[in-house]
Amino acid sequence: MNLVQEAALVAGKDLRIEARSRVTLQQVIPFGLVVLLLFAFALDPDRGILRRVAPGLFWITVLLGALLAVSRAFAVEAENGASDALRLSGLDPAGVFLGKAAAVAVELAVLETVLAVGVVILFDVGIESIGPLVLATLAATVGVAATGTLYGVLATGLRVRETLVPMLLLPVVSPVLLGATRAWEAAIDGVPGDAWPWVGLLSIFAVLYVSVGMLAFGPLLEEA
Amino acid sequence: MQPVVRLRSAVCLLGRFPALADVDLDVAEGEVVLLSGGNGAGKTTLLRLLAGLVPLHSGEAEVLGFDLTQDRRSHRRELSLVGHETGCYDDLTVRENLRFAARAAGARASAVDDVLEGLGLARLAAITHSRLSAGQRRRLALAVAIAREPRLLLLDEPHAGLDADGREVLDALLGQAASDGRTVLLASHELDRARVLAGREVVLLAGQADGIADARRREPAPT
Amino acid sequence: MTLLKPAISRALGWATLVAVVVLALFGLWGAPPDSVQGDAQRLMYLHVPAAWIAYLAFGVTAISSALWLWPRTRSEVYDRVAGASAELGVIFTGLTLVLGSLWGRPVWGVWWAWDARLVTTAVLLFLYLGYLALRSVPASPDARAKRCAIAALIAFVDVPIVHFSVTWWRTLHQQATVFNPELKANIHGVMAFTLWFGVLAFTLLYVYLLDRRYRLAVLEDDLDERELERAIAERVAGAGTSVRASPGDDADKVPAEVTP
Repeated sequence: MNLVQEAALVAGKDLRIEARSRVTLQQVIPFGLVVLLLFAFALDPDRGILRRVAPGLFWITVLLGALLAVSRAFAVEAENGASDALRLSGLDPAGVFLGKAAAVAVELAVLETVLAVGVVILFDVGIESIGPLVLATLAATVGVAATGTLYGVLATGLRVRETLVPMLLLPVVSPVLLGATRAWEAAIDGVPGDAWPWVGLLSIFAVLYVSVGMLAFGPLLEEA
Repeated sequence: MQPVVRLRSAVCLLGRFPALADVDLDVAEGEVVLLSGGNGAGKTTLLRLLAGLVPLHSGEAEVLGFDLTQDRRSHRRELSLVGHETGCYDDLTVRENLRFAARAAGARASAVDDVLEGLGLARLAAITHSRLSAGQRRRLALAVAIAREPRLLLLDEPHAGLDADGREVLDALLGQAASDGRTVLLASHELDRARVLAGREVVLLAGQADGIADARRREPAPT
Repeated sequence: MTLLKPAISRALGWATLVAVVVLALFGLWGAPPDSVQGDAQRLMYLHVPAAWIAYLAFGVTAISSALWLWPRTRSEVYDRVAGASAELGVIFTGLTLVLGSLWGRPVWGVWWAWDARLVTTAVLLFLYLGYLALRSVPASPDARAKRCAIAALIAFVDVPIVHFSVTWWRTLHQQATVFNPELKANIHGVMAFTLWFGVLAFTLLYVYLLDRRYRLAVLEDDLDERELERAIAERVAGAGTSVRASPGDDADKVPAEVTP
């Protein structure tokens, strides 16, 4: 099997587990919506700031959701000695990485779609130009999924995994939060052309961390 | 012919604890070898070493032609290790788990149903893993191992948790594996049953309760 | 074992002490106060060198980690250096931020401003803290070293991206700020000399502390090593001689007596 086929096998496995257990659907998405609601409580809709800060709130909520998705992706491997089995499976670790990251990315994409609708409705946001918005979101999602999967495997098997991954992941993806928010702001209220440089930055981040992940996943899985 | 397993003066650490100290072992292709010894003797560690899961602290180790001090991953596709857990996913069905394991190992996913038949799990094929009983899980672990079509089969206490029926199935499976030419290394406390199947026995001895391993050859008890 | 020979280390210690004292003298008296910022600007002589070390230490951690990961150069020396440098790095990064805040207060009137460099340094602090949190998780030395080395490189690769994105962000927003968050002062002559001397003094301090922290790490590892050797020796003695097992051995050989 080549790398892409192996990645497809692993992604298929993870998504099938998700379809069966419906964790993203029943837990992560409602969690995201609740966070949006809480932001509204905290920032008071009547003061008129919600609309302006909506992109930032959206992306912070997505990052929080990503923490849950990544945590779940590796909790699945902790059952029944599955990570041992994964090590012994004969699959190329780079393929496993791509597969798991792809599955996380798909779950995040679903979350983002629902949250975007939520933001448009709850915060009264109008979207000027959809092109840069979608591309920025795509690049940001790949970047977060790749980095999250990388830190997820790094912390696998450690007892402090659940508190460690957030504190490791969030500083590293801060440029993604920055770039994605700026791109959204440009696409919503500002000059859509301003978004493209940020899309570029997000793409570089995504390519970089997918590459790093493919290299580092194997050694990290061995130590798990 | 090249031995399937060749260990010389192998030392293996679990954290800071020397689980295996100075072990020599040779296993030829197609052999069925019984690994016996008390709790904590190092049987599990030895099997995991052969699977490449535990690094060698010092000594030499060659499995299926691969030097484990250089590369302990490439040979894994050709072996199966049956441990205390199934390595399966709770939310997937028995068949889905088997197909995943088979495809990952480059084996035929189509043969999965035959494996299920052979282990008496056919009627459980569509049941999710989380709903299986302990005994059923033990059989599933064996099914996964066989479905991967391995050259080397490493079994850690496979009889544990199996009912009488299951033990018959296991014995038949081991017999079949042997006649298929697979090399089998079996760690077990069920010495009477296992000695019948095995051509040779290797004893690991624990010096104290927290165990070091010595390897020594002993004749199978007369049946 | 040490990074530097004991004689050199001692000499370095003295040199560092002298350099720091000289720096203090120049910083507090030798250099004139800034025309705009007054005496508050003197904090620059600490803040800038501290920032330099913060980034240098991170670079050292990253390079050491890479050297550890590369099979041909793998050695526990690099793992210890990486850890020691990270500990120093987090201290100097924290120091940079505190000094920046103290300097900014009289100049800007606020304790913190979203200056591009300060923000990047703040992210650096969190990257360090993450690395140290990972290092403190108990594990076998090799597993821990590998995990930390990879984590250090993952974080290191992020630093230029963070720097670039934050700088771009802040320059784009220049028009929105009420004040120009520049902590630069017009420096020349004695002031420039003091600044560079500060960089030198802090570098000496960093190397000296790195060596000392390294020695501590060696002592810690030695202790662990001795305990391990004792454990192995005990068990080998307890279980008797090790014997060989292979197909085709003499069937009549009587097993040696082994007493538990």
